[in-house]
Amino acid sequence: MNIFSGETEVLAPLATGWFLENAWLIPVIPAIAFALIILIGKRLPMKGSELGVLSMFGSLVLSAGAGYQWIQRTNSATEEQFVAPVIKSWNWWQSGGFEFGIGQHIDGLSVLVLFVVAFISTLVQVYSLEYLRGDRRYTHFFAALTLFSGGMLAMVLADNTILFLLGWEIMGLCSFMLIGHWWEEDANSRAALKAFFTVRTGDMGLLVGISMLYFAANDWTQENLGLSGFSIRGISAWALSGEPNSTVIMIAAIALFIACIGKSGQFPLHTWLPDAMAGPTPVSSLLHSSTMVVAGVFLVARLYPVFYVGLDIPGGGGNLIVIIGGITIVISAALAFVQNDIKRVLAYSTVSQLGYMMLGLGAGAWLPAVFHIFTHAFFKACLFLGAGSISHSASHHSFDMKKDMGGLRKVMPITFVTWIVSTLALCGVFPFSGFFSKDEIIDNVGYNGYNTFMIIGLVGAFMTAAYMTRATYLTFFGEPRGASAGHADHGDAHASHDAHDNHDSHDNHDAHSASTPHESGLLITVPLMILAVLAMSSGFLNATPFGESWERMKLWVEPRPAEVIEETHSGGPGESLIINLPSSEEGAAKTVCGSAQPESGVCYAPKLKHAPFKWSKAMISMVIVFLGIAISWILSMLLFTKRDPRLVGLTQRVKVLGFGHKLLVNKYYLDDFYEKVIVRTVAYPISRAAYWFNQNILDGILHSFANNTRKISEWVYKNVDQRVVDGTVNNSATFTKSVGTAAQPSQSGKVSQYGALLFSAAAVAALVLVIINT
Amino acid sequence: MFVNQFLFLAAVLFCIGVYGVVARKNAVLMLMSIELILNSVNINLLTFALRNGSPDGHTFALYIIAVAAAEVGVGLGLVLLVYRNKKTISLDDLSEMRG
Repeated sequence: MNIFSGETEVLAPLATGWFLENAWLIPVIPAIAFALIILIGKRLPMKGSELGVLSMFGSLVLSAGAGYQWIQRTNSATEEQFVAPVIKSWNWWQSGGFEFGIGQHIDGLSVLVLFVVAFISTLVQVYSLEYLRGDRRYTHFFAALTLFSGGMLAMVLADNTILFLLGWEIMGLCSFMLIGHWWEEDANSRAALKAFFTVRTGDMGLLVGISMLYFAANDWTQENLGLSGFSIRGISAWALSGEPNSTVIMIAAIALFIACIGKSGQFPLHTWLPDAMAGPTPVSSLLHSSTMVVAGVFLVARLYPVFYVGLDIPGGGGNLIVIIGGITIVISAALAFVQNDIKRVLAYSTVSQLGYMMLGLGAGAWLPAVFHIFTHAFFKACLFLGAGSISHSASHHSFDMKKDMGGLRKVMPITFVTWIVSTLALCGVFPFSGFFSKDEIIDNVGYNGYNTFMIIGLVGAFMTAAYMTRATYLTFFGEPRGASAGHADHGDAHASHDAHDNHDSHDNHDAHSASTPHESGLLITVPLMILAVLAMSSGFLNATPFGESWERMKLWVEPRPAEVIEETHSGGPGESLIINLPSSEEGAAKTVCGSAQPESGVCYAPKLKHAPFKWSKAMISMVIVFLGIAISWILSMLLFTKRDPRLVGLTQRVKVLGFGHKLLVNKYYLDDFYEKVIVRTVAYPISRAAYWFNQNILDGILHSFANNTRKISEWVYKNVDQRVVDGTVNNSATFTKSVGTAAQPSQSGKVSQYGALLFSAAAVAALVLVIINT
Repeated sequence: MFVNQFLFLAAVLFCIGVYGVVARKNAVLMLMSIELILNSVNINLLTFALRNGSPDGHTFALYIIAVAAAEVGVGLGLVLLVYRNKKTISLDDLSEMRG
């Protein structure tokens, strides 16, 4: 790899630092905290929750430091210079020629997601201190929450697919524990199982994809980079090298994407996500808005070259990812209209936003999609925590907007303001963060030649604005209803909303069950306010409308695809990079790297196009969003407050609308399809056949086998055991005794005699040797 | 080189040693005879090492000298203990092992 053309240029070493070099500590801290909470948590003054909060805070400090130093690193590079990720790798275990590494791969993407995960986790843990106070399994809740964050952090900085898989599965397990936290309720444990199994269905794809990539890429990566076929860096370079067989990489990309469908709640495996709202609200906020469901999107962003080449993303028109993403945006947004449960509205909204991220990634808008992960985490966590705040302090732990909410804007001013800010961010109204990420996705999708999907994105934006307005209206405006009016029958509220209710703190609630709705405590409102500020301002980190100098994210996060030959100069700290600048000859074939690929160079990221920002295009989406808000507002007011006779009962009167409503309420019958059709047709016949086989064939074999065995054993006892075996044993004993008696005189006890015997035996042996050898 | 003479010397020493082990009644003398046997083996090893020009034999001879030193240490210790208990080192009186 030491071939340099005349154009090579030695550049200054990239800045690095302690936080970047030791980023692997970030997931280690929560992992240790998890063990400590499990072991000694119950004996601590705060039942182990302090360990969880502290460890998350430690991770947050470390990831903020890593983020700062990464920014310095990118700033120390020149405009087109490839910013090498900080990779550290250790040999974890080795088996039959397979080497499994463990290590960190720190680049802009992982630094960004690390920070988001650590930040949201810290706030959620603080929030949980108040929200779960007095819970029966308080300590275990914090243990699972901490391990969950540790798993996500490990996955984010994994340098190879095996470690990635490990983090991915830890999250799957922890989500099962957290969703089923109140497992005494049958519905909760069912939801936990459903989430676990649905995600597991997708995980098969991850295993298949990882194995395929290993066997396809290993030779190339070993030869060219000295990395194993599990290495994320190696796989990325291999995918862009032009080597891979297009069928193999396509199937691998599809297999990996199936895992993303399961984890990120994309159509048709999105059904687990709304049910997973059965868990405590902080769990919904952490798992199902900003971390776990983002894992699938992160996988696509992380192994982007594989998808880029495998699914022909630059080709335009349509591919698997954009189709799935587009379908998900629309169908889940439609479902959000018929939900009465505030958390389910948010859940479907999350599914829909994840659809946007997938759409962006699938259409080559890598940076806007990753930026949307960033902004979405803040405003969606804020919305979920706001919903939790309402149920905690105002509606007696009910999440039903129609029965137990309404008119809350006066009694819960902080929750109301933070909710409104986050809602505007989610809808993508101009100065809020959602605008800068979502609008960029829609814009770039169209720019990259996916025009149909741009329209779907705009339709999705309209629907998002409309259903969020409906939810906001039902919750905060109009007349207070049910529990939020302060005269709810407590037991009744519990009975009708048991699926989401915090049952094991009955005693705790009874203390303030008589009280009227009020604002939540500081432990709840402070996280809300922090998140709302970020929901408002985080968009300015990549504010494309204001010109190049505002596009900080592009500078910091997007990989610069220049080809490099990396040479580490031994002895010095840090590393110097010698860059083989891409030749700019006319007529040179352009590769996915954006330039002719030099023979010895390796490309780690595809060159992506960015749509130039135009106010005219932004105005179109703004108008659509405002239309959505306005139409929905008017309809909500007419329907829910004025009880307009033209609208009330419309679904009963008009058949087409009634059919649509029924379809949505039943979630497109997907759950029925999975349970009744797939499970019945697949599982029932199998189990029936298995039962028949068990009863008739296996049992028959067993019975006849048992009878025969008994007969044989009786015969064996009489003839073999008594006669042959016992006889042999007795005879051998007699024989040994007589031999012993005969040999007794040789044991004289005289040393000289023993010596004589020894030497004569040696002499005989020597004689035998001599005879044999001659 | 007169290989035969070295081997002859070794054989004679070996025979003397074997005679000593078998016929002598004194435990110390028996230990000395064992030393003779070991040294005759050493001579054999060195002879063939020189003839073949390989260092293996020398190495083994060094090992044997080290082992023999340890063996004599242990052996003399045994003899001393036997003398303390029985007030004799005559091997004929030590027949407790008779079967």
